[in-house]
Amino acid sequence: MGLETVFGHSFFTSRVDDAVNWARKYSFFQYPFVTACCGMEFMSVWASTYDIARFGAEFPRFSPRQADVLFVVGTVNEKLAPVLKRVYDQMCEPKWVVSFGVCATSGGFYDNYAVVQGIDKIIPVDIYIPGCPPRPEAVLDALMKLQDKVSKESVLDKKYR
Amino acid sequence: MNQHVTRTIKEKFPEYVTDSHAFRGDETVVIKREALLEVAGYLRDGLGFEFLMDLTAVDYPGREERFEMVYHFFSLSANLRLRLKAPVGGQNPVIASLTPLWSGANWFEREVYDMFGIKFEGHPDLRRILMYDTFEGHPLRRDYPLDKRQPRLPHRD
Repeated sequence: MGLETVFGHSFFTSRVDDAVNWARKYSFFQYPFVTACCGMEFMSVWASTYDIARFGAEFPRFSPRQADVLFVVGTVNEKLAPVLKRVYDQMCEPKWVVSFGVCATSGGFYDNYAVVQGIDKIIPVDIYIPGCPPRPEAVLDALMKLQDKVSKESVLDKKYR
Repeated sequence: MNQHVTRTIKEKFPEYVTDSHAFRGDETVVIKREALLEVAGYLRDGLGFEFLMDLTAVDYPGREERFEMVYHFFSLSANLRLRLKAPVGGQNPVIASLTPLWSGANWFEREVYDMFGIKFEGHPDLRRILMYDTFEGHPLRRDYPLDKRQPRLPHRD
């Protein structure tokens, strides 16, 4: 804005969006909705080798009301679909959803009568992680993509969902 | 291995045993379905097969009696295994429940009812166990359409 040239380096200007998004994207509280074997792999993202804490997203909240990001990890079948929908509905705005692994993303090889063919048939999804199961690097990549996405949002956005 | 078990059952229930065979030491006895409780009771109390390991069904669409119930018994005391089969057919397939003899049969039979629609007479609580209550049909029947879906929630697309 050029104000710094008048007032020196005693302050800086920014946009509210940037400040808020900066805070949001480095402090994801996640809700791990873990249903299948992907969960075992998901745990390694937390552990010291990959250490999701480096991205500020290490803190799981086991109440959806306190969570920002819903990680759907594993197969979701039709019987479980209302539970997933309810968990999602209980989360406060702003909220994001990550679909972890092919089962959550598309049903995976469970192309049958019992399994939801992708959780986006039930709830909106922001980021999909491919893999059966995904590598921890893929999860961290997804997390960074989600951070990018969050940084482009505006606090004034009507929720686009 | 345990041919003597097959022989004993044949001698005890000549009018009920329709077939028997063995494959690499695994004995199978096929019986008429009305004799199930009697034969299973004799297996447990007379021959020492204390343990009902598994209970399932198979759908053979070409057969006159479409379904076949399959029971796997194990004798812990004699270290013997036995497979019992009983054909079940008709528009309304029914067979006796084994819950009076093994309470562990309860959930197995609910699963068979859920997947195949076979009813179990004398079962204390015969309802679906895997699928949701609003699910229609029985998915492991061979005539259940392969790509049929019954969403429990309306899909977003």
